[in-house]
Amino acid sequence: MSEPTKAPAASGGSRASTKKELPEHFKSYKHVWVFIEQERGQVHPVSWELMGAGRKLADKLKVELAAVVIGPEGEATQHAATEAFCYGADLAYVVADPLLTDYRNEAYTKALTDVVNTYQPEILLLGATTLGRDLAGSVATTLLTGLTADCTELDVDADGSLAATRPTFGGSLLCTIYTLNFRPQMATVRPRVMPMPDRVEKIAGRIITHPLGMIEDDIVTKVLSFLPDRDSNKSNLAYADVVVAGGLGLGSPENFQLVRQLASVIGAEFGCSRPLVQKGWVSSDRQIGQTGKTIRPKLYIAAGISGAIQHRVGVEGADLIVAINTDKNAPIFDFAHMGIVTDAIRLLPALTEAFRARLSPHSRDRIAS
Amino acid sequence: MHIVVCIKQVPDSAQIRVHPVTNTIMRQGVPTIINPYDLFALEAALALRDQHGGEVTVLTMGPPSAADSLRKALTFGADRAVLLTDRFFAGADTLATSYALATAIRQIGETFGAPDVVFTGKQTIDGDTAQVGPGIAKRLNLLQLTYVAKISGIDLTGRTITAERRSEGGVQILQTRLPCLVTMLEGTNEIRRGGMADALRAARAEIVTWSAKDAGVEDISKCGLRGSPTIVKRVFAPSARAEKAVLVDFSERAPADALIADLFKRQPKLEDELSTLARGY
Ligand SMILES: Cc1cc2nc3c(=O)[nH]c(=O)nc-3n(C[C@H](O)[C@H](O)[C@H](O)COP(=O)(O)OP(=O)(O)OC[C@H]3O[C@@H](n4cnc5c(N)ncnc54)[C@H](O)[C@@H]3O)c2cc1C
Repeated sequence: MSEPTKAPAASGGSRASTKKELPEHFKSYKHVWVFIEQERGQVHPVSWELMGAGRKLADKLKVELAAVVIGPEGEATQHAATEAFCYGADLAYVVADPLLTDYRNEAYTKALTDVVNTYQPEILLLGATTLGRDLAGSVATTLLTGLTADCTELDVDADGSLAATRPTFGGSLLCTIYTLNFRPQMATVRPRVMPMPDRVEKIAGRIITHPLGMIEDDIVTKVLSFLPDRDSNKSNLAYADVVVAGGLGLGSPENFQLVRQLASVIGAEFGCSRPLVQKGWVSSDRQIGQTGKTIRPKLYIAAGISGAIQHRVGVEGADLIVAINTDKNAPIFDFAHMGIVTDAIRLLPALTEAFRARLSPHSRDRIAS
Repeated sequence: MHIVVCIKQVPDSAQIRVHPVTNTIMRQGVPTIINPYDLFALEAALALRDQHGGEVTVLTMGPPSAADSLRKALTFGADRAVLLTDRFFAGADTLATSYALATAIRQIGETFGAPDVVFTGKQTIDGDTAQVGPGIAKRLNLLQLTYVAKISGIDLTGRTITAERRSEGGVQILQTRLPCLVTMLEGTNEIRRGGMADALRAARAEIVTWSAKDAGVEDISKCGLRGSPTIVKRVFAPSARAEKAVLVDFSERAPADALIADLFKRQPKLEDELSTLARGY
């Protein structure tokens, strides 16, 4: 079969060797890169979250952290590049071209593959969004390198290899994956898995521009139109400060209303475990966990959720986890901060009422006076 | 038109148990199913065939027992099934998997006619990477449409396809050229039941079974574990937090408002934040 585009020839030896024998031509690959994702002029926050994670890796490796910004010519792309410095970039690579106005796999794959081949990073991180996953799969296959999807933890080993940890197959397990002998080592991370780093005002540093080198006729796929989601359709679950969620323990879709009622009284977003989506009780954009949303709220209240690993990885970033479960041995109590061993169907309405009383401006005035 | 649908046989996740001591997955006796995401791809393919005529070939890579899933796909109405099975394929990561499947698709093209569209599901429930579809597209130099919610039209004479693609902040209406690869979004259709005739045909159908060599694999070192740049070094159970949850009582003596007081004591800023949020609603 014909190999797509130019990838460094794999030099002899078995690929799956678990020993590190980095081929000579990969030894010049240095530095940590983060792909900065923008859609319609907006940088996706996952890109800044990855800058935070990338900064730590770069510091540990004593190398530079670079942002890779791909987008249309103009202010938005420029701004994304200068913002990257406020989130810790040492330098930025920019591919700006009108052909990159909308995300199209062909053009973005070429842009990113070209900068990688030219400037040779050792680690390349992307957000596991619809755009990031579409792009990462194409770029990794073009470069014939390893890609670890949906990581929950990134670290570097004593020998400088990227250790990418993700939940594995079907159970309560995690696995750590390496791309020992290929470069770059690629990984995707879902939004909210990594904490948002503080933004520190900085002036832009080194910006290296790279041409796209395509004309419109080179790109087969055309964007006929774009229909933005209306805000009212979109839940803000991933970025909510307070989240209340329910699981199978609630027993029925009617009881799930108790979750929604509590959420509305405390100004929270509501969510659920996967089985509720599968049963059709709750829409899929409300699912929390590995295959749903990852959340990092200040307060997370989980009612009737057992705390399976796929759920746990989606909520561990919460500041305070309160679990309500009838089973005192439920795994959720292994990572919750506060646990209430009781029937959620009784407690939820009581909590709703108590919060309502406590938080109403009226009662606050009374307490204050 | 000729449509190829890649499917994967996966253990029914609801039934998986992990061995408490060895941390290995206990596969014994766990029933297998077609990866649920793939059924949306299969239905989209069958609907296109019904509309435009032609054939649907289902393809899977897996152990010989994966023939069960192929036969199931035939009962839904697929016309032909190809099983790619060889010990050389074992242990493949997404890069090696996309190599094997792409090679087989090329062979399917040569044997049964070049495909106009190749479908995959959005992702699998066991691997969950969503990377194999784009990988196959790249290897076959096909254009790719991922996260497709709807195929709005196919023009077989003009060789174009129009589709609605889910993006982070909206829906892109894209037009591209055939042949192409489509990964179908979940919840976009419902797999048909398949009729009696399909069931009878499926029961008798011969499943085309190819080894790596039959499929035209030239370089075994690109397959399976050897062809996988990623290495799983460690599998482990997540550690419990140093301290377990503080269990608090809920009873007549400790009613909900006491719980809330306890909560606000632990996280002093929370009360103000909740009050602000609650007012916003
Ligand atoms: C590949 C893969 C991906 C997955 N992705 C996700 C994901 O993204 N998100 C996710 O959530 N899951 C996911 N899962 C499923 C996950 O493994 C669990 O099956 C699921 O999280 C369990 O949901 P649950 O806790 O609601 O139900 P259960 O595990 O059935 O737990 C119900 C809990 O409710 C308690 N309970 C019962 N009655 C009451 C009551 N009256 N009051 C209070 N408590 C009560 C029970 O003690 C029990 O702990 C995934 C699985 C796989 C294989």
